[in-house]
Amino acid sequence: MSGQGIGQILFYAFALVVLGYPLGLWMARVYNTPVPAGRLLASIENGFLRLIRAQRDREQDWKSYGKTVLVFSILFSLVLYGIQRLQGHLFLNPDHLKGVPSHISLNTTASFVTNTNWQYYGGEYTMSYLSQMAGLAVQNFVSAAVGMAVLAAVVRGIARRTAGTVGNFWVDLYRSLVYILLPLAAIVTVILISQGVPETFSGHATAHTLQGATQSIARGPVASQIAIKQLGTNGGGFYNSNSAVPFENPTGLSNFVEMLAILLIPAAQVFMFGRMVLARRHAWMVFAAMFAVFALGVAVALPAEQHGSQVLRNAGVNITMGHGQTGGNMSDKEVRFGQAATATWAVATSDASNGSVNGGFDAMTPTGGAVPLVNLFLGEVIFGGVGSGLYGMFFYIILAVFVAGLMVGRTPEWLGKKIEAREIKLAALGALFVPTMVLVMTAVAIVTKSGLASIYNHGVHGFTETLYAYDSQSNNNGSAFAGYGATSFSASFGTVALYFGRFVPLLAALALGGSLAAKKTVPLSAGTFRTDGPTFVVLLVGVIALTAGLMIFPALTLGPIVEGLMH
Amino acid sequence: MKNIVSSAIAIVVMTAVFGFGYPALMTGLGQAAFSKQANGSLIELNGKVVGSKLAAQEFKGPRYFHVRPSAVSYNAAGTSFANLGPTNPDLAKNVKAAAEAILKLEGPYNPGLSIHDIPVDAVITSASGIDPDISPAYARLQSKRIASVRHLPLATVQQLIDKYDHGRSWGFFGEPGVNVLELNLALDRTAR
Repeated sequence: MSGQGIGQILFYAFALVVLGYPLGLWMARVYNTPVPAGRLLASIENGFLRLIRAQRDREQDWKSYGKTVLVFSILFSLVLYGIQRLQGHLFLNPDHLKGVPSHISLNTTASFVTNTNWQYYGGEYTMSYLSQMAGLAVQNFVSAAVGMAVLAAVVRGIARRTAGTVGNFWVDLYRSLVYILLPLAAIVTVILISQGVPETFSGHATAHTLQGATQSIARGPVASQIAIKQLGTNGGGFYNSNSAVPFENPTGLSNFVEMLAILLIPAAQVFMFGRMVLARRHAWMVFAAMFAVFALGVAVALPAEQHGSQVLRNAGVNITMGHGQTGGNMSDKEVRFGQAATATWAVATSDASNGSVNGGFDAMTPTGGAVPLVNLFLGEVIFGGVGSGLYGMFFYIILAVFVAGLMVGRTPEWLGKKIEAREIKLAALGALFVPTMVLVMTAVAIVTKSGLASIYNHGVHGFTETLYAYDSQSNNNGSAFAGYGATSFSASFGTVALYFGRFVPLLAALALGGSLAAKKTVPLSAGTFRTDGPTFVVLLVGVIALTAGLMIFPALTLGPIVEGLMH
Repeated sequence: MKNIVSSAIAIVVMTAVFGFGYPALMTGLGQAAFSKQANGSLIELNGKVVGSKLAAQEFKGPRYFHVRPSAVSYNAAGTSFANLGPTNPDLAKNVKAAAEAILKLEGPYNPGLSIHDIPVDAVITSASGIDPDISPAYARLQSKRIASVRHLPLATVQQLIDKYDHGRSWGFFGEPGVNVLELNLALDRTAR
């Protein structure tokens, strides 16, 4: 690790706070004021709401809100599936690609509607421009906005007293899209194009190389999609190798901007939460807990990758940093990113439910690769997905105040609300459902013939590939130990993981918001456990480690730990 | 039912705005402001496209700088990782084969060259399969061969390497790397 590399990482953290804080305040304004930015935008908003026949003034209770989310998502799934299947007969298909096979379309549909972007397809040679633009890119916006809307509703629930409603889904959805995602995406797109990311409707370019070969170069409206795939914690690439491909991520600067875009909105949402519930210090503590886990991930992954793998050391090639190279485990990594920028990205993308990668995870060292694996398993709550990260963190916060309540022998409270049996049950459901599903699905995939057929690297690493696949899909991340292959079994099984992994916690969070909205606030007393101090940070990180961390540990010993010992 | 109607109209509107309007607007903007980059940073020689600055192409033989190994034969329309796990026996095999090929190619120009002198990026696949860069260390390793085969002073070759080392963005972000296609084109201009 060089001072330079560490400098880049520290600057990243600094930029995250400096940009995230004002963005968070802006988002609080967007969700909480009738006219966030000017009459003109407000009248466009009203026009849209009239067009879709939504009544802006009719607030919904959590059940009605959740029902609208479900109907909207199911209907959008059908459209997305249809576009992929029929792309061969539709327009905007300059490279004459055929319809996507049914099991791949199904998985991809689930993957994009749930804000996951797990890719069983190879971008540039499977999806037509129409599928990429009208199908996948739309979901990059919409699935992100759904998560953000739900978070806004849950946070409102926490902030309100004795209220029956949590907001209007259509208003929240529209505002997430138009006031937050769209402007940010436009800014990031322009920066990326300036760095060399293509943005064109022309098809492949053909080059005649210096030594007489022919090289086909895939292009397309790449930059606009990459911008939103990072901002919306989606992660699905235009190209198969995702953000490792120079056309998605050409320079050190583009890499920094994309990496910032990955965590920007989730980080800002913590500050938004602080503003909306009027608990600024508490929000900082939540941010601190997230940041601590993030930093820990980098501190484990980076030295492991820089140290390199046993194979490279045995071969005797030079893996020492310095004298014109970054060295380390360069397997499936790019020269312009080196170790520091690749390891930081790996941690950021797995903390957020982003899943885009700028280097191959399958080729990481056992220790380095275990970091994203564990990060996913924590339920994508370390910053996490847009919206889903913070509402996922609420489950752990409730468990933490519950544990604290048990210790002092009082009814637990959070932000002035009594936490009772119903909230604990919902928090436990939200926090434990997905990890349980990951373990069960991995177990099934590892003992059945159809499950084993997907494995690319045999032996212990194959187990890790399988675990990662269900970990990633269930937690709606989308990154992969990419050797793990698509079969009709793995694609269909994955589809189940994707939908349940998204909507069970989402509904649990909404129910939690609804339940808290109905409560009265109780005044702070001497016995109240303070959630705005460092003790709370320690407790919160501890609760995350004890619940998700302990659940993944046995599986971890079967995968990366054994491999690390062998290696 | 009301939800279904609202959803259906919203889907149509959102598909139009985010699926077509947004990329079309961005493409217009990109083409106007950064036309070269927006079209894939293609490089032309005598009016013909010879490649892209952002995609490695294969170079064989002693006259050119070589790029890093690729899992997809430098297919810029079908990128992929190699996905070989750290304990996969094929990984060791590939690294060994690549190192031996380099020793054979560079050995005659670098007396006493051993495997310990080969930088790691030279023997292992990149993530994209089309990494356009090599580490400055790997470029330096190849420079003696290039100088000798092309009858150029070593200092001239080294100057070219430095020129096409893009360094870090703003001197801070990312890592240095030498763009092989640009370097080889410059070599051709310097000495045929």
